[in-house]
Amino acid sequence: MSETVISIQEVSFQYPDQTAFALQNVSLHVQRGEWLAIVGHNGSGKSTLAKMLNGLHYPQKGQVMISGFMLSEENVWSIREKLGMVFQNPDNQFVGTTVQDDVAFGLENNGVEQTMMKERVLAALQKVGMTAFLNQEPHHLSGGQKQRVAIASVIALRPDIILLDEATSMLDPLGRDEVMETIRELKEKEGLTVISITHDLEEAAKADRVIVLNEGSIYTEGTPQAIFQMDQELLQLGLGVPFSVRMSQLLADEGLLLTQRHFNQEELVRDIWTLNFAK
Amino acid sequence: MMEKVILGRYLPADSIVHRMDPRAKLLFIFVFVLIVFLANNVATYALLGAFTLFIVFSSNVKLRFLIAGLKPVILLILFTFFLHVFFTKEGEVLTQVGFLSIYEGGVIKGIFISLRFFLLILVTSLLTLTTPPISVTDGIESLFGPLKKIKVPVHELALMMSISLRFIPTLLDETDKIMKAQMARGADFTSGSIADRVKAVIPLLIPLFVSAFKRAEELAVAMEARGYKGGQGRTKYRVLAWHVRDTMALLLLAVLAVVLFMLRS
Repeated sequence: MSETVISIQEVSFQYPDQTAFALQNVSLHVQRGEWLAIVGHNGSGKSTLAKMLNGLHYPQKGQVMISGFMLSEENVWSIREKLGMVFQNPDNQFVGTTVQDDVAFGLENNGVEQTMMKERVLAALQKVGMTAFLNQEPHHLSGGQKQRVAIASVIALRPDIILLDEATSMLDPLGRDEVMETIRELKEKEGLTVISITHDLEEAAKADRVIVLNEGSIYTEGTPQAIFQMDQELLQLGLGVPFSVRMSQLLADEGLLLTQRHFNQEELVRDIWTLNFAK
Repeated sequence: MMEKVILGRYLPADSIVHRMDPRAKLLFIFVFVLIVFLANNVATYALLGAFTLFIVFSSNVKLRFLIAGLKPVILLILFTFFLHVFFTKEGEVLTQVGFLSIYEGGVIKGIFISLRFFLLILVTSLLTLTTPPISVTDGIESLFGPLKKIKVPVHELALMMSISLRFIPTLLDETDKIMKAQMARGADFTSGSIADRVKAVIPLLIPLFVSAFKRAEELAVAMEARGYKGGQGRTKYRVLAWHVRDTMALLLLAVLAVVLFMLRS
């Protein structure tokens, strides 16, 4: 039923002037329409992995296949058409002087015809709910809005996969929710495959599957539920379990019978205040 | 203080001048700058002044606003005026101030030269006031397009220009932030001798440069990730359209040049 869009086999990578491997024998597969979160603390190799998926680094060992293309210097541009990337700093990826120019930038690069471009820019901005800002300049936008424009610039190119490289780490909680909600909608409506690289477990909680990276190799993988069970182990890896998960864990330890582990505060609160009604 | 300066600023509005093709405007300015030098007597200056006022009125930019915005330049204009008043020795002596004598020719020349200066600045600031920076860049890229044949990297230069324009507000914000951060650490930017103040700028400039380089690097990666591979095979989102009004404007300018030529002495 599902089709593998990304397959990474036995990939290793070492930065030129370093002795340790940034990535060591990493293998993973991603199915079409899946939301995969890759978590790890700083220096766990997650950014290197992100850059490899976009052809900004090439593996020294092993191979990377993306949407049927094997990563190499010849078809790196075809891969970049299939896999769009949203980066961490909202300002440093805004190329155009206005919102519409920025979305059009990628289309211009790919030689899309002008009349088509207009349509695709509008359609992409519609999908992220930014049509009202067509002629705005970047410094009049909030961080969350800039990231939504960055998402629009990616989907205007009609990729199969969207890769978020710490895309919400510089945003305030509101901006973060705004961006994650946009991604969730896009994934549902457009069937996009989402890979989010993050150290924020609350963001990872929204994924279908979580891979934990540590020191350049895969430490473990599983559903968010399964991963959050490892509470103490995650802390040792430098990852904090979201507050709501810890809270429900502690409540469960106290003997409070909650229906499940909660990934967000709202669900937890609802469960607590309706707890007595169930009796 | 910055709000009043209008040099290089764009004011969104609508008028026939706003709607003109940026290429037409650039050509217009270029020719205008040349023909301003044709004027050399009262009649020609009057004609030029009237023509400039006509452009200002058709651009919907308020004259009062323009003049207020040009205040910093007016100082420079006054300086040129007095320079000519005191140092040109032509015609009759009007009055004697100490060891300086003021000649009739000096006053006339002073008025003419500063008027010329004023008109030039007025018309060029109208260009930036009525044209979004991105359009100016597009216009320049298009006008200099033929230079690609002799291997001038026109597209790259235009892209550089538009990216710098895009980052001006970002870097201004950043400067402000760094300044506050350094002030919080005890830096003093506003007092002391000139040498002290120049020295005080160093802790401001270094972080700014470091961050600008970092931004440039990240921007380059982001551009590459979105498929940027140089000007080859690239299409343009913004298409410039040359209308009848653009041809008319240039024709009007040609007529002005001919009349000026006939009226000059």
